Amino acid sequence: MARFSLHDTELQPQLLRQELQHPACGGYAAFEGWVRDFNDGRTVLRLEYEAFEPLAMREGERILVEAQQRFGIERLRCAHRVGPLAIGQLAVWVGASAAHRGEAFDACRYIIDEVKHRVPIWKKEYYEDGDSGWVNCERCATGSQAAHDQPPLTAR
Amino acid sequence: MSAPSLYGLVLTGGQSRRMQRDKAALPYGGKSQLGRAMDLLAPQVERAFVSVRSDQVHEPSRSAFDTIADLKSDLGPIAGIHAALHAHPDRAWLVLACDLPFLDPATLRHLIAHRDSARIATAYRSNFDGLPEPLCAIFEPRSLPIIDESIGQAQHCPRSLLSRSDVALLDLPNARALDNINTGEEYAAAVSALDGAPRSASNGASRRLSVRYFALLREQAGRSSEVVHTQAATPRELYDELRRRHGLSLAPEFLRVAVNDEFGDWRAPLADGDSVVFLPPVAGG
Repeated sequence: MARFSLHDTELQPQLLRQELQHPACGGYAAFEGWVRDFNDGRTVLRLEYEAFEPLAMREGERILVEAQQRFGIERLRCAHRVGPLAIGQLAVWVGASAAHRGEAFDACRYIIDEVKHRVPIWKKEYYEDGDSGWVNCERCATGSQAAHDQPPLTAR
Repeated sequence: MSAPSLYGLVLTGGQSRRMQRDKAALPYGGKSQLGRAMDLLAPQVERAFVSVRSDQVHEPSRSAFDTIADLKSDLGPIAGIHAALHAHPDRAWLVLACDLPFLDPATLRHLIAHRDSARIATAYRSNFDGLPEPLCAIFEPRSLPIIDESIGQAQHCPRSLLSRSDVALLDLPNARALDNINTGEEYAAAVSALDGAPRSASNGASRRLSVRYFALLREQAGRSSEVVHTQAATPRELYDELRRRHGLSLAPEFLRVAVNDEFGDWRAPLADGDSVVFLPPVAGG
Protein backbone atom coordinates (compact mmCIF):
# COMPACT_ATOMS: atom_id res chain seq x y z
CA MET A 1 0.00 0.00 0.00
CA ALA A 2 1.31 3.44 -0.95
CA ARG A 3 -0.66 6.61 -0.61
CA PHE A 4 -0.15 10.29 -1.34
CA SER A 5 -2.80 12.90 -0.50
CA LEU A 6 -3.44 16.63 -0.47
CA HIS A 7 -5.42 18.33 2.30
CA ASP A 8 -6.92 21.78 2.74
CA THR A 9 -7.43 21.14 6.47
CA GLU A 10 -4.97 20.41 9.27
CA LEU A 11 -3.03 17.16 8.91
CA GLN A 12 -3.67 14.48 11.56
CA PRO A 13 -0.38 12.65 12.26
CA GLN A 14 -1.96 10.28 14.75
CA LEU A 15 -4.38 8.99 12.14
CA LEU A 16 -1.76 8.88 9.39
CA ARG A 17 0.56 6.89 11.67
CA GLN A 18 -2.14 4.30 12.32
CA GLU A 19 -2.25 3.51 8.59
CA LEU A 20 1.35 2.31 8.77
CA GLN A 21 1.01 -0.25 11.57
CA HIS A 22 1.69 -3.79 10.41
CA PRO A 23 2.68 -7.00 12.27
CA ALA A 24 5.75 -7.49 10.01
CA CYS A 25 7.12 -4.01 10.82
CA GLY A 26 9.68 -3.51 13.55
CA GLY A 27 10.71 0.02 12.50
CA TYR A 28 8.69 3.14 11.86
CA ALA A 29 10.01 6.60 10.95
CA ALA A 30 8.19 9.82 10.18
CA PHE A 31 9.22 13.22 8.91
CA GLU A 32 7.22 16.36 9.60
CA GLY A 33 7.77 19.59 7.66
CA TRP A 34 6.69 22.68 9.62
CA VAL A 35 6.15 26.26 8.58
CA ARG A 36 9.24 28.25 9.59
CA ASP A 37 9.27 31.96 10.39
CA PHE A 38 12.26 32.85 8.23
CA ASN A 39 13.56 32.12 4.75
CA ASP A 40 16.39 33.55 2.72
CA GLY A 41 17.14 36.14 5.42
CA ARG A 42 13.54 37.41 5.64
CA THR A 43 10.94 37.10 8.36
CA VAL A 44 8.00 35.02 7.17
CA LEU A 45 4.58 35.64 8.69
CA ARG A 46 2.54 32.96 6.93
CA LEU A 47 2.40 31.07 3.69
CA GLU A 48 0.16 29.50 1.14
CA TYR A 49 0.47 26.28 -0.81
CA GLU A 50 -1.15 25.71 -4.17
CA ALA A 51 -1.14 22.42 -6.11
CA PHE A 52 -2.00 21.22 -9.58
CA GLU A 53 -3.95 18.40 -8.05
CA PRO A 54 -4.30 15.68 -10.72
CA LEU A 55 -0.60 15.71 -11.55
CA ALA A 56 0.50 16.22 -7.93
CA MET A 57 -1.42 13.09 -6.94
CA ARG A 58 0.11 11.06 -9.78
CA GLU A 59 3.67 12.24 -9.22
CA GLY A 60 3.35 11.81 -5.43
CA GLU A 61 2.10 8.28 -5.92
CA ARG A 62 4.98 7.52 -8.29
CA ILE A 63 7.50 8.70 -5.68
CA LEU A 64 5.95 6.41 -3.08
CA VAL A 65 6.06 3.44 -5.46
CA GLU A 66 9.72 4.18 -6.20
CA ALA A 67 10.54 4.31 -2.47
CA GLN A 68 8.69 1.08 -1.84
CA GLN A 69 10.64 -0.73 -4.57
CA ARG A 70 13.97 0.86 -3.73
CA PHE A 71 13.95 0.26 0.04
CA GLY A 72 11.72 -2.78 0.44
CA ILE A 73 9.29 -0.84 2.55
CA GLU A 74 6.12 -2.40 3.91
CA ARG A 75 3.95 0.70 4.22
CA LEU A 76 4.31 4.33 3.19
CA ARG A 77 2.26 7.46 3.50
CA CYS A 78 2.69 11.09 2.50
CA ALA A 79 0.22 13.90 3.12
CA HIS A 80 0.72 17.51 1.99
CA ARG A 81 -1.19 20.65 2.88
CA VAL A 82 -2.63 23.18 0.42
CA GLY A 83 -4.11 26.60 1.25
CA PRO A 84 -3.03 29.12 3.90
CA LEU A 85 -0.78 28.02 6.76
CA ALA A 86 0.46 29.77 9.90
CA ILE A 87 3.93 29.58 11.43
CA GLY A 88 4.46 26.26 13.21
CA GLN A 89 1.74 24.41 11.33
CA LEU A 90 2.35 21.03 9.80
CA ALA A 91 2.89 21.40 6.04
CA VAL A 92 3.90 17.90 5.03
CA TRP A 93 3.95 14.51 6.73
CA VAL A 94 5.88 11.46 5.56
CA GLY A 95 5.82 8.08 7.29
CA ALA A 96 7.35 4.69 6.52
CA SER A 97 7.20 1.36 8.28
CA ALA A 98 9.49 -1.60 7.49
CA ALA A 99 11.02 -4.70 8.99
CA HIS A 100 13.99 -2.63 10.21
CA ARG A 101 14.68 1.04 11.05
CA GLY A 102 17.27 1.65 8.29
CA GLU A 103 14.83 1.29 5.39
CA ALA A 104 12.22 3.37 7.18
CA PHE A 105 14.64 6.28 7.70
CA ASP A 106 15.98 6.04 4.15
CA ALA A 107 12.51 5.95 2.63
CA CYS A 108 11.37 9.07 4.54
CA ARG A 109 14.42 10.98 3.38
CA TYR A 110 13.98 9.87 -0.22
CA ILE A 111 10.30 10.77 -0.29
CA ILE A 112 10.58 14.26 1.16
CA ASP A 113 13.52 15.10 -1.12
CA GLU A 114 11.70 13.93 -4.23
CA VAL A 115 8.41 15.56 -3.27
CA LYS A 116 10.13 18.92 -2.88
CA HIS A 117 11.63 18.71 -6.37
CA ARG A 118 9.02 16.95 -8.45
CA VAL A 119 5.46 17.36 -7.20
CA PRO A 120 3.64 20.40 -8.68
CA ILE A 121 3.05 22.24 -5.43
CA TRP A 122 3.94 25.90 -5.04
CA LYS A 123 4.61 27.97 -1.94
CA LYS A 124 3.94 31.65 -1.53
CA GLU A 125 5.55 33.35 1.45
CA TYR A 126 4.22 36.52 3.06
CA TYR A 127 6.93 38.60 4.70
CA GLU A 128 7.03 40.94 7.64
CA ASP A 129 7.76 43.92 5.37
CA GLY A 130 4.45 43.44 3.54
CA ASP A 131 6.09 41.86 0.49
CA SER A 132 5.32 38.35 -0.70
CA GLY A 133 6.82 35.96 -3.19
CA TRP A 134 6.59 32.53 -4.80
CA VAL A 135 9.52 30.46 -3.57
CA ASN A 136 11.98 29.48 -6.36
CA CYS A 137 10.10 31.57 -8.95
CA GLU A 138 11.01 35.16 -8.41
CA ARG A 139 14.42 34.98 -10.06
CA CYS A 140 13.46 32.89 -13.03
CA ALA A 141 12.93 35.55 -15.65
CA THR A 142 15.13 35.65 -18.73
CA GLY A 143 18.67 36.74 -18.11
CA SER A 144 18.84 35.86 -14.43
CA GLN A 145 19.58 32.17 -14.74
CA ALA A 146 22.82 32.43 -12.79
CA ALA A 147 20.92 33.68 -9.76
CA HIS A 148 18.82 30.56 -9.69
CA ASP A 149 19.71 28.14 -6.92
CA GLN A 150 18.10 25.02 -8.31
CA PRO A 151 18.67 23.23 -11.60
CA PRO A 152 16.18 23.75 -14.42
CA LEU A 153 13.26 21.40 -14.17
CA THR A 154 13.91 19.00 -16.97
CA ALA A 155 12.16 15.69 -17.38
CA ARG A 156 13.60 12.96 -15.23
CA MET B 1 4.45 71.52 -30.61
CA SER B 2 1.88 68.77 -30.36
CA ALA B 3 2.00 65.72 -32.60
CA PRO B 4 0.14 65.94 -35.91
CA SER B 5 -3.34 64.48 -35.60
CA LEU B 6 -4.00 61.02 -36.89
CA TYR B 7 -5.87 59.90 -40.00
CA GLY B 8 -6.37 56.27 -40.95
CA LEU B 9 -5.89 54.43 -44.23
CA VAL B 10 -6.91 50.90 -45.15
CA LEU B 11 -4.99 49.41 -48.05
CA THR B 12 -7.18 47.13 -50.13
CA GLY B 13 -4.80 46.11 -52.85
CA GLY B 14 -6.00 44.44 -55.98
CA GLN B 15 -7.00 40.98 -57.00
CA SER B 16 -5.13 38.45 -54.95
CA ARG B 17 -3.22 36.02 -57.12
CA ARG B 18 -2.92 33.42 -54.37
CA MET B 19 -6.53 33.76 -53.14
CA GLN B 20 -7.93 33.88 -56.68
CA ARG B 21 -10.36 36.57 -55.54
CA ASP B 22 -10.59 40.11 -54.19
CA LYS B 23 -9.19 39.97 -50.67
CA ALA B 24 -11.09 43.05 -49.54
CA ALA B 25 -14.39 41.27 -50.13
CA LEU B 26 -13.59 38.11 -48.12
CA PRO B 27 -16.20 37.72 -45.41
CA TYR B 28 -15.52 37.18 -41.70
CA GLY B 29 -18.47 36.90 -39.35
CA GLY B 30 -20.83 38.50 -41.87
CA LYS B 31 -18.52 41.40 -42.78
CA SER B 32 -16.08 41.92 -45.60
CA GLN B 33 -12.43 42.23 -44.65
CA LEU B 34 -12.59 45.84 -45.73
CA GLY B 35 -15.67 46.56 -43.59
CA ARG B 36 -14.07 44.88 -40.63
CA ALA B 37 -10.81 46.82 -41.04
CA MET B 38 -12.70 50.13 -41.31
CA ASP B 39 -14.72 49.28 -38.19
CA LEU B 40 -11.50 48.69 -36.29
CA LEU B 41 -9.74 51.76 -37.59
CA ALA B 42 -12.43 54.44 -37.59
CA PRO B 43 -12.85 54.75 -33.78
CA GLN B 44 -9.08 55.21 -33.35
CA VAL B 45 -8.52 58.05 -35.83
CA GLU B 46 -9.93 61.44 -36.74
CA ARG B 47 -10.89 60.31 -40.25
CA ALA B 48 -10.59 56.95 -41.97
CA PHE B 49 -10.08 56.41 -45.71
CA VAL B 50 -9.85 53.49 -48.06
CA SER B 51 -6.90 53.46 -50.39
CA VAL B 52 -7.84 52.55 -53.95
CA ARG B 53 -6.20 52.25 -57.32
CA SER B 54 -7.43 54.89 -59.75
CA ASP B 55 -9.48 52.23 -61.57
CA GLN B 56 -11.20 51.15 -58.33
CA VAL B 57 -12.66 54.54 -57.39
CA HIS B 58 -16.16 53.52 -58.44
CA GLU B 59 -16.00 49.94 -57.22
CA PRO B 60 -19.09 49.70 -54.93
CA SER B 61 -17.58 47.96 -51.87
CA ARG B 62 -14.86 50.61 -51.74
CA SER B 63 -16.77 53.71 -52.79
CA ALA B 64 -19.08 53.27 -49.78
CA PHE B 65 -16.18 54.82 -47.81
CA ASP B 66 -14.06 57.94 -48.21
CA THR B 67 -11.37 56.96 -50.67
CA ILE B 68 -7.93 58.18 -51.67
CA ALA B 69 -6.82 57.13 -55.13
CA ASP B 70 -3.22 56.21 -55.93
CA LEU B 71 -1.24 58.90 -57.75
CA LYS B 72 1.13 56.35 -59.19
CA SER B 73 0.21 52.94 -60.56
CA ASP B 74 1.74 49.50 -60.19
CA LEU B 75 3.80 50.33 -57.13
CA GLY B 76 1.90 48.23 -54.61
CA PRO B 77 1.11 49.40 -51.06
CA ILE B 78 3.64 52.22 -51.04
CA ALA B 79 1.49 54.03 -53.64
CA GLY B 80 -1.41 54.15 -51.18
CA ILE B 81 0.71 55.58 -48.38
CA HIS B 82 2.26 58.04 -50.83
CA ALA B 83 -1.14 59.26 -52.06
CA ALA B 84 -2.51 59.68 -48.52
CA LEU B 85 0.48 61.74 -47.39
CA HIS B 86 0.15 63.93 -50.48
CA ALA B 87 -3.59 64.38 -49.96
CA HIS B 88 -3.18 65.47 -46.32
CA PRO B 89 0.52 66.26 -45.76
CA ASP B 90 -0.05 67.74 -42.29
CA ARG B 91 -1.52 64.52 -40.86
CA ALA B 92 0.07 61.36 -39.58
CA TRP B 93 -1.39 58.17 -41.08
CA LEU B 94 -2.24 54.96 -39.34
CA VAL B 95 -1.96 52.57 -42.25
CA LEU B 96 -3.54 49.11 -42.18
CA ALA B 97 -3.64 46.27 -44.63
CA CYS B 98 -7.16 44.91 -45.00
CA ASP B 99 -6.07 41.27 -44.77
CA LEU B 100 -5.28 41.13 -41.04
CA PRO B 101 -8.12 39.01 -39.67
CA PHE B 102 -6.58 38.74 -36.18
CA LEU B 103 -5.99 42.44 -35.71
CA ASP B 104 -7.70 43.68 -32.54
CA PRO B 105 -8.45 47.14 -31.12
CA ALA B 106 -5.87 46.63 -28.35
CA THR B 107 -3.10 46.29 -30.93
CA LEU B 108 -4.13 49.56 -32.57
CA ARG B 109 -4.46 51.35 -29.24
CA HIS B 110 -1.04 50.10 -28.17
CA LEU B 111 0.49 51.40 -31.41
CA ILE B 112 -1.15 54.81 -30.98
CA ALA B 113 -0.24 55.02 -27.29
CA HIS B 114 3.42 54.37 -28.11
CA ARG B 115 3.55 56.54 -31.21
CA ASP B 116 6.73 58.58 -31.46
CA SER B 117 5.99 61.56 -33.72
CA ALA B 118 9.64 62.62 -33.67
CA ARG B 119 10.46 59.58 -35.81
CA ILE B 120 9.55 58.76 -39.39
CA ALA B 121 7.13 56.10 -38.29
CA THR B 122 5.98 53.88 -35.42
CA ALA B 123 5.66 50.21 -36.27
CA TYR B 124 5.54 46.74 -34.81
CA ARG B 125 8.47 44.37 -35.01
CA SER B 126 7.64 41.31 -37.08
CA ASN B 127 7.50 38.04 -35.18
CA PHE B 128 8.98 36.32 -38.21
CA ASP B 129 12.03 38.36 -39.11
CA GLY B 130 12.28 41.17 -36.53
CA LEU B 131 11.85 43.83 -39.25
CA PRO B 132 9.24 46.63 -39.09
CA GLU B 133 5.72 45.67 -40.20
CA PRO B 134 4.71 48.49 -42.56
CA LEU B 135 1.07 47.48 -42.94
CA CYS B 136 -0.03 48.27 -39.40
CA ALA B 137 2.05 51.34 -38.72
CA ILE B 138 1.86 55.08 -38.20
CA PHE B 139 3.58 57.19 -40.86
CA GLU B 140 4.40 60.73 -39.75
CA PRO B 141 4.28 63.71 -42.13
CA ARG B 142 8.08 63.73 -42.07
CA SER B 143 8.06 60.35 -43.86
CA LEU B 144 6.75 61.93 -47.08
CA PRO B 145 10.09 63.14 -48.49
CA ILE B 146 11.63 59.76 -47.74
CA ILE B 147 8.78 57.96 -49.51
CA ASP B 148 9.04 60.33 -52.47
CA GLU B 149 12.77 59.74 -52.65
CA SER B 150 12.36 55.98 -52.36
CA ILE B 151 9.81 55.92 -55.19
CA GLY B 152 12.14 58.14 -57.22
CA GLN B 153 14.83 55.50 -56.82
CA ALA B 154 12.38 52.76 -57.86
CA GLN B 155 12.45 51.25 -54.37
CA HIS B 156 8.87 50.27 -53.65
CA CYS B 157 9.12 47.99 -50.66
CA PRO B 158 7.69 49.77 -47.60
CA ARG B 159 9.28 47.24 -45.28
CA SER B 160 12.78 47.89 -46.54
CA LEU B 161 12.06 51.63 -46.48
CA LEU B 162 11.14 51.43 -42.81
CA SER B 163 14.04 49.18 -41.93
CA ARG B 164 16.42 51.80 -43.36
CA SER B 165 14.71 54.68 -41.55
CA ASP B 166 14.41 56.11 -38.05
CA VAL B 167 11.41 54.13 -36.83
CA ALA B 168 10.02 53.54 -33.34
CA LEU B 169 9.73 49.73 -33.13
CA LEU B 170 7.30 48.06 -30.73
CA ASP B 171 6.78 44.47 -29.66
CA LEU B 172 3.34 43.10 -30.43
CA PRO B 173 1.15 42.78 -27.34
CA ASN B 174 -0.79 40.00 -29.10
CA ALA B 175 1.63 37.81 -31.02
CA ARG B 176 -0.69 36.84 -33.86
CA ALA B 177 -2.41 40.16 -34.33
CA LEU B 178 -0.63 40.80 -37.62
CA ASP B 179 -0.74 37.28 -39.07
CA ASN B 180 -2.11 37.80 -42.52
CA ILE B 181 -3.67 35.49 -45.02
CA ASN B 182 -2.69 34.82 -48.58
CA THR B 183 -4.04 31.42 -49.38
CA GLY B 184 -7.42 29.75 -49.25
CA GLU B 185 -6.16 27.43 -46.53
CA GLU B 186 -5.00 30.32 -44.34
CA TYR B 187 -8.37 31.98 -44.86
CA ALA B 188 -10.23 28.85 -43.74
CA ALA B 189 -8.03 28.58 -40.65
CA ALA B 190 -8.61 32.24 -39.81
CA VAL B 191 -12.37 31.99 -40.21
CA SER B 192 -12.40 28.90 -38.03
CA ALA B 193 -10.26 30.53 -35.33
CA LEU B 194 -12.40 33.68 -35.33
CA ASP B 195 -15.65 31.73 -35.21
CA GLY B 196 -14.33 29.62 -32.34
CA ALA B 197 -14.96 26.44 -34.31
CA PRO B 198 -12.30 23.83 -33.68
CA ARG B 199 -10.63 22.21 -36.65
CA SER B 200 -8.79 18.93 -36.54
CA ALA B 201 -5.17 19.40 -35.56
CA SER B 202 -2.84 19.56 -38.49
CA ASN B 203 -0.01 21.83 -39.45
CA GLY B 204 -1.18 25.38 -39.96
CA ALA B 205 -4.59 24.72 -38.43
CA SER B 206 -5.98 26.44 -35.40
CA ARG B 207 -6.33 24.50 -32.16
CA ARG B 208 -8.67 25.05 -29.28
CA LEU B 209 -6.69 24.47 -26.09
CA SER B 210 -7.59 24.87 -22.47
CA VAL B 211 -4.85 26.38 -20.35
CA ARG B 212 -4.69 26.43 -16.56
CA TYR B 213 -2.42 28.74 -14.61
CA PHE B 214 -0.93 28.22 -11.16
CA ALA B 215 1.00 30.24 -8.62
CA LEU B 216 3.06 33.09 -10.08
CA LEU B 217 1.78 32.46 -13.61
CA ARG B 218 -1.84 32.60 -12.37
CA GLU B 219 -1.20 35.95 -10.75
CA GLN B 220 0.59 37.37 -13.77
CA ALA B 221 -2.00 36.10 -16.27
CA GLY B 222 -4.76 37.43 -14.00
CA ARG B 223 -6.78 34.22 -14.39
CA SER B 224 -6.73 30.55 -13.38
CA SER B 225 -7.73 29.22 -16.76
CA GLU B 226 -8.70 30.18 -20.28
CA VAL B 227 -9.60 28.65 -23.61
CA VAL B 228 -7.14 29.65 -26.31
CA HIS B 229 -7.66 29.47 -30.06
CA THR B 230 -4.20 29.28 -31.45
CA GLN B 231 -2.01 28.17 -34.29
CA ALA B 232 0.74 27.30 -31.82
CA ALA B 233 1.73 23.74 -32.69
CA THR B 234 3.73 22.85 -29.58
CA PRO B 235 3.68 23.78 -25.88
CA ARG B 236 6.78 25.88 -26.49
CA GLU B 237 5.06 27.94 -29.19
CA LEU B 238 1.98 28.26 -27.00
CA TYR B 239 4.03 29.46 -24.03
CA ASP B 240 5.83 32.03 -26.17
CA GLU B 241 2.47 33.34 -27.40
CA LEU B 242 0.88 33.47 -23.93
CA ARG B 243 4.03 34.89 -22.38
CA ARG B 244 3.85 37.88 -24.73
CA ARG B 245 0.08 38.24 -24.39
CA HIS B 246 0.04 38.20 -20.58
CA GLY B 247 3.51 39.53 -19.83
CA LEU B 248 4.59 36.38 -18.01
CA SER B 249 8.01 36.83 -16.42
CA LEU B 250 9.14 33.22 -16.18
CA ALA B 251 11.52 32.06 -18.89
CA PRO B 252 10.52 28.70 -20.40
CA GLU B 253 13.86 27.13 -19.38
CA PHE B 254 12.63 27.20 -15.79
CA LEU B 255 9.26 25.62 -16.47
CA ARG B 256 7.94 22.17 -17.14
CA VAL B 257 4.81 21.57 -19.11
CA ALA B 258 1.91 19.21 -18.47
CA VAL B 259 -0.42 18.12 -21.25
CA ASN B 260 -3.67 16.39 -20.32
CA ASP B 261 -2.61 16.11 -16.65
CA GLU B 262 0.72 14.40 -17.34
CA PHE B 263 4.24 15.79 -17.77
CA GLY B 264 4.71 16.58 -21.44
CA ASP B 265 7.33 17.46 -23.99
CA TRP B 266 7.86 21.09 -25.01
CA ARG B 267 8.28 20.12 -28.65
CA ALA B 268 5.58 17.45 -28.99
CA PRO B 269 2.66 18.47 -31.23
CA LEU B 270 -0.49 19.66 -29.49
CA ALA B 271 -3.86 18.30 -30.52
CA ASP B 272 -7.16 20.12 -30.65
CA GLY B 273 -8.85 19.97 -27.24
CA ASP B 274 -5.65 19.36 -25.25
CA SER B 275 -5.38 20.85 -21.78
CA VAL B 276 -2.05 22.49 -21.02
CA VAL B 277 -0.47 23.61 -17.76
CA PHE B 278 2.84 25.42 -17.53
CA LEU B 279 4.50 24.44 -14.27
CA PRO B 280 6.59 27.08 -12.49
CA PRO B 281 9.51 25.86 -10.34
CA VAL B 282 7.92 23.82 -7.56
CA ALA B 283 8.39 24.36 -3.83
CA GLY B 284 6.53 21.71 -1.87
CA GLY B 285 7.67 20.38 1.49
